[in-house]
Amino acid sequence: MTGRTPLALAVPAAVGLAFLVLPLVGLLARTPWSDLPARLAAPGVVEALRLSLGTATAATVVSVVLGVPLAWLLARRAFPGRRLVRALVTLPLVLPPVVGGVALLLVFGRRGLLGGWLESAFGITVPFTTTAVVLAETFVAMPFLVISVEGALRAANARYEEAAATLGATPWMAFRRVTLPLVAPGVAAGAVLCWARALGEFGATITFAGNFPGRTQTMPLAVYLALESDPAAAIVLSLLLLAVSVAILAGLRERWMSTP
Amino acid sequence: MKRSTVLGALALVLVASGCGGQSRPSSAAPGGTVTVLAAASLTESFTQLGKDFERANPGTHVTFSFGGSSTLAQQITAGAPADVFASASPANMKQVTDAGLAAGEPYTFARNQLVIAVAKGNPKRITGLADLTGPDVKVALCARAVPCGAATTKALDAAAVKLTPVTLEQDVKAALSKVRLGEVDAALVYRTDARAAAADVDGVEFPESAKAVNDYPIVALTKGSNPTGATAFVAYVRSQPAAAVLAGAGFQRP
Amino acid sequence: MTLLDAHLVASAGTFRLDVALNAAPGEVVALLGPNGAGKTTALRALAGLHPLAGGHIRLDGTPLDTVPPHRRPVGVVFQDYLLFPHLSALDNVAFGPRCHGVGRAEARRHATGWLDRMGLADQARARPRQLSGGQAQRVALARALAVEPVLLLLDEPLAALDARTRLDTRAHLRRHLAEHPGVTILVTHDPVDAMILADRIVIIEHGRVVQSGDAATVTRQPRTDYVARLVGLNLYRGHGTGHVVTVPGGWALTTTDLVHGEAFVAFPPAAVALHPERPAGSPRNTWPATVDGVERHGDHIRVHLTGPVDTAADITPAAAADLDLALGRHLWAAVKAAETRAYPAAG
Repeated sequence: MTGRTPLALAVPAAVGLAFLVLPLVGLLARTPWSDLPARLAAPGVVEALRLSLGTATAATVVSVVLGVPLAWLLARRAFPGRRLVRALVTLPLVLPPVVGGVALLLVFGRRGLLGGWLESAFGITVPFTTTAVVLAETFVAMPFLVISVEGALRAANARYEEAAATLGATPWMAFRRVTLPLVAPGVAAGAVLCWARALGEFGATITFAGNFPGRTQTMPLAVYLALESDPAAAIVLSLLLLAVSVAILAGLRERWMSTP
Repeated sequence: MKRSTVLGALALVLVASGCGGQSRPSSAAPGGTVTVLAAASLTESFTQLGKDFERANPGTHVTFSFGGSSTLAQQITAGAPADVFASASPANMKQVTDAGLAAGEPYTFARNQLVIAVAKGNPKRITGLADLTGPDVKVALCARAVPCGAATTKALDAAAVKLTPVTLEQDVKAALSKVRLGEVDAALVYRTDARAAAADVDGVEFPESAKAVNDYPIVALTKGSNPTGATAFVAYVRSQPAAAVLAGAGFQRP
Repeated sequence: MTLLDAHLVASAGTFRLDVALNAAPGEVVALLGPNGAGKTTALRALAGLHPLAGGHIRLDGTPLDTVPPHRRPVGVVFQDYLLFPHLSALDNVAFGPRCHGVGRAEARRHATGWLDRMGLADQARARPRQLSGGQAQRVALARALAVEPVLLLLDEPLAALDARTRLDTRAHLRRHLAEHPGVTILVTHDPVDAMILADRIVIIEHGRVVQSGDAATVTRQPRTDYVARLVGLNLYRGHGTGHVVTVPGGWALTTTDLVHGEAFVAFPPAAVALHPERPAGSPRNTWPATVDGVERHGDHIRVHLTGPVDTAADITPAAAADLDLALGRHLWAAVKAAETRAYPAAG
């Protein structure tokens, strides 16, 4: 590939890049570097970071455990209403997260469809707990995994599963020993996207799980509330969130994704 | 500064010509669009005041942006185009006056007190702050960083009550909505908010709220595009008819 | 003794397959036919990968119709092999035994034995993408045989190979198929593969069996245009009265064979002689023909002719030069009665 890059492409590309990068530059430029260590060591910060990493990871695990079979069903089985199911699965992608939070409250809340029963039968209440944070994050993040894995499954040759069957593999064995390893890069990519989305989740979390330090106050919530009283603290928290995301995405990219 | 005056004059001319022959306004009469940034707890009462003001001053139009006072104050200092700022806390107002963006001294036009918002009919029989400490009572409070949270902290300190809420909400309306949805049994909110949601919640008054009165200051802003309209709107908020609307919403007179 | 007794009725879209297949232990049967004839559908139906709409499959007396693919005693070599790309050659071969509950070490030992037999001991650790076409074919064969299937199914096993590799692999495959004690069904569109590898050839066209028999019979007595073209014969169907077969249109051909009623008559293109003028002495099988096409065919020239019947004639380049072949040129064609073969169409 040689030749000059057409201006009609180069200019919008440069503007697009600048648009994406400039806010990060702004964040770095306004960072109070001198008292950064002290601010990072503040107890609330560490607590929020630990909670964020923990819940995003838990949400990713839940998404993989439930999302991969769902993706397999969508990619490999023709059943009536499949298109509708796929539309429903991807709905959280376009739904404002706050709406998702309200919807979760209506299901798992004390007066919700399941919540009332859970409380009366088992004494379990979901809202305002760390579990609620994981549920909210899973709700908004799982579609990323399902879409990614379904794409990988469609790209992978379904006839490998037939070959496995002729060798005596039950459908479950074929899935575990052949299909899953074949789509592993897609699962990894989906899990990374899912994790990143869960880490940044705000709207559904604050609506459904509320905001309490150490229990439901994740990094984005801490950033938002810090902005109310102490913008410098908000910048520090944002910077930390950015650094963690970049570090983990870069690490996983090295390890898992072989995109050139 | 110069440009905004020119724009204001231009708006006046446009409005005057739009009005045709009838009720020729004097040069001091307001017109054009007045942009008001107001605290979320003023949503219902200010919407009403805006309509009344428009009726009293034909040709003017009031647009509101309601939000957390601290957010609004930040927007103003960051250069948001606005004519009037009505805050739920003097602290947030101070951010604006310190930045030299207020035209004149802020005026305290209303006061608000906290009440305990409970589900309609008060099923948990809550009569005061002490009742909120029970293990089976779930409480939502405002986060300390926002005005209603600051007031809550003062009231709880005055009552010497230690509360562990299930959530610290980012603004008073969010705390109230948790009660309306039935997810918590009680929330400390402004009396005005409880009254606005009277269909779903009851407001339980408690004596310590007197120790945590919230002042609502209002001021015209210097960087606005309609200084005449801004001054007129602030004057209207201080008027007798406006006081009646505010009292009806549950505010106290300062 | 019949080991495989199958009547396969299946449909795919508007296509309908209706084929009866039987095979004895150790027998290698080739399903030969043009693309889209239904050969692969038949194979997939046997493996349980395509649903049967009717008929039956019995293997050693046991019905297989409703048995899911993973419980059928079959081994399949797919056209594109479908070796699992994430597993080594060894683990590909060990996959089947592992699925049948054999322990990891034992399955690998078993797989190593099969790779040895295929001459692939050195490639045990290689991933499929590191194997050559011929090696991949052998791994695929080893993988199918490692489950010790009663019914071995091969779908165009040599189609993906280049000509040179094909020769070697065909010989290798022939040796292993001969050793296989069960039934082998081989799908191919290449008559050479069918003739070398199979004991019996079943020809399928449009989802139906049109002819079956050993290689010699099929070659000598084709019953459809497709088979005739495959084996390189001119073939006509007509009505026999003694030594004369009359085809629709009235053209009559004299043969040395004796036939009565519906009959085929066939002769090789090399038996056709071409003359610029009506040959003197006029042998009985002489007819006017028009050149419709000329192509090089090995060391001779194939001339396609129209006339009372369409005919292919093979002549030497020298003869072609003498005839001044051009499209539309009028010639005379002749064939000796002794070079033709006539046989009844029924049965």
